[in-house]
Amino acid sequence: MEEMNEKEYGEYPTLSISSGLYKTELTDKFKQRKNWVAPDPKQIFAVIPGTILDVFVNVGQEVKKGEILLILEAMKMQNQIIMPFDGKIKKIYVKPDEVIKKAHLMVEII
Amino acid sequence: MSLKRNIQDLRKRKIEVQKGGGDKAIEKQAAMGKLTARERILAILDKNSFHEYDLFVEHLARDFNMENKVLHGDGVITGTGTIHGSPICIYAQDFTVAGGSLGLMHARKITKIMDHALKMRVPLIGINDSGGARIQEGVNSLAGYGEIFFRNTLASGVIPQLSVILGPCAGGAVYSPALTDFVFVVENISKMFITGPSVIKSVLGEEITMEELGGARVHSEVTGNAHFFAKSELECFDQIKTLIGLIPRNNTDKAVKIEPKEPLKKYKIDKIVPNNARLPYDINDIIKSITDNSEFFEVMELYAPNIVIGFGRMNGETCGFVANQPKVLAGVLDCDSSDKAARFIRYCDSFNIPIITLEDMPGYLPGADQEHMGVIRHGAKILYAYSEATVPKITIIIRKAYGGGYIAMNSRHLRADFVFAWPTAEIAVMGPEGAANIVFRKEIESAEDPEAMRQQKIEEYKTKFANPYVAAAKGYVDQVIEPFETRSMLLHALSVSENKSVSMPRKKHGIPPF
Repeated sequence: MEEMNEKEYGEYPTLSISSGLYKTELTDKFKQRKNWVAPDPKQIFAVIPGTILDVFVNVGQEVKKGEILLILEAMKMQNQIIMPFDGKIKKIYVKPDEVIKKAHLMVEII
Repeated sequence: MSLKRNIQDLRKRKIEVQKGGGDKAIEKQAAMGKLTARERILAILDKNSFHEYDLFVEHLARDFNMENKVLHGDGVITGTGTIHGSPICIYAQDFTVAGGSLGLMHARKITKIMDHALKMRVPLIGINDSGGARIQEGVNSLAGYGEIFFRNTLASGVIPQLSVILGPCAGGAVYSPALTDFVFVVENISKMFITGPSVIKSVLGEEITMEELGGARVHSEVTGNAHFFAKSELECFDQIKTLIGLIPRNNTDKAVKIEPKEPLKKYKIDKIVPNNARLPYDINDIIKSITDNSEFFEVMELYAPNIVIGFGRMNGETCGFVANQPKVLAGVLDCDSSDKAARFIRYCDSFNIPIITLEDMPGYLPGADQEHMGVIRHGAKILYAYSEATVPKITIIIRKAYGGGYIAMNSRHLRADFVFAWPTAEIAVMGPEGAANIVFRKEIESAEDPEAMRQQKIEEYKTKFANPYVAAAKGYVDQVIEPFETRSMLLHALSVSENKSVSMPRKKHGIPPF
């Protein structure tokens, strides 16, 4: 085997796997991966893109677990968005007829 | 009518139908940079070998004034021919006839040639260029798709099925290619998606072009739906012919053996791999230093390039290669590369193609995204595929063989027939750096100079465990070989394995981690 100078590989990025550092090319998919963020149960995001049909709660309102916050119509289905636990509405980010994308923040709870 | 007039009438009818959608539609097809369905078939098959059937089939649509329309051949050409003299069943959707839309009779022509291919045990090539279901025929066109998908599944693992996407292939239509063995795409021509850009825009407000959504490059690099990417239709046809030359015509046959050739002198197997296991090299150079005439036909070159798969010949006979690629992502196994390799291993096993595994990888890729994408389930596919394969399986461990990856890459424990290691092999639970941190944690923490102690312990671990001899002492490695012995050992192992016979427990089928 020919001994090769590590410096020759200077242009390669370094990837760490189990404490081993490897000179290697990275793929676009790897570079675009998302870092994990702990979910905040007080923020309600849309899990599917769609249209807001109706909003039943107001800012500052006390809402019990299981009550319907709003209707998100998606894939020809009127999805009820339910209050996950007892709490108070901090902010509402959507209004009726609004078209929203997946992962759009809809409601924040205190 | 005299026979002469009968013949003239027949010829006239044939010429009329063979015009497809007519001159204007053909001009439009050419303006899109596309060949016609007939030109494509003739370009793929051996000269003068194409024989067409069901030329005079007529469509069955009886609503929406369709009964008055003439659709020549109902928008699809079917027939048989040869490639390299070997028989082939083929169909090509004709975009010039009603946009190649699929109605009941169109589908029946396709299923008829599929049944023929399966019965005669010859490869099937399907050329897709269609706007999708013929809406005027309603559920009958859906029935047609279903009948095609069913036959794709029946034929899977019995005859090779090749899908060539040379135009749009949208909605349900995409599932026939997805069920076949190899999908060929051409830049700027192939488009595959379930819902098109206009629907996505109206429902989601997302703007995306057809090319960005489901173009050739997307399916070759991102989704893994396509196996061969070409810049032109002619390049694509060459790829098809090369592949057909390398694979057997059915699952009871062997690929045609050709004149053996030595690898080219310019590939020097002992000059490719850096001794430092942390430095990259191109595994393709190793493969080409082993195969006949240094030829290697790579499959899914652009998808998950951290693993390399493809066909090469050894002593004139086709072998499947599965090799970690240290040049990309250090050659790690991850969700995509596991999926890619596992499917290829199953292909080789179905079609009696011996598998040669070249191993140099530091393990599975760590990260929350990988874990959440299901690297356990996807990684298990490789274990399943190697364990289940009964074709000759030979492994060469070049450098790193760490942890779960060591087991997965056709280890002795999954019943590899032969495992050879280079003296540079490092077979261990993990790399020396990681292992030293765990095994010697106390010594390192309590040392006066922890970093110096860490380096000392890493060296200690390297000497003791980062080699092939621990595994060889247990018989997990059959022989430690010098790099330049690789080809001769492989050729010998292949010849010894020629009549390999193993029996597996009887079952209807297993339950692989799809």
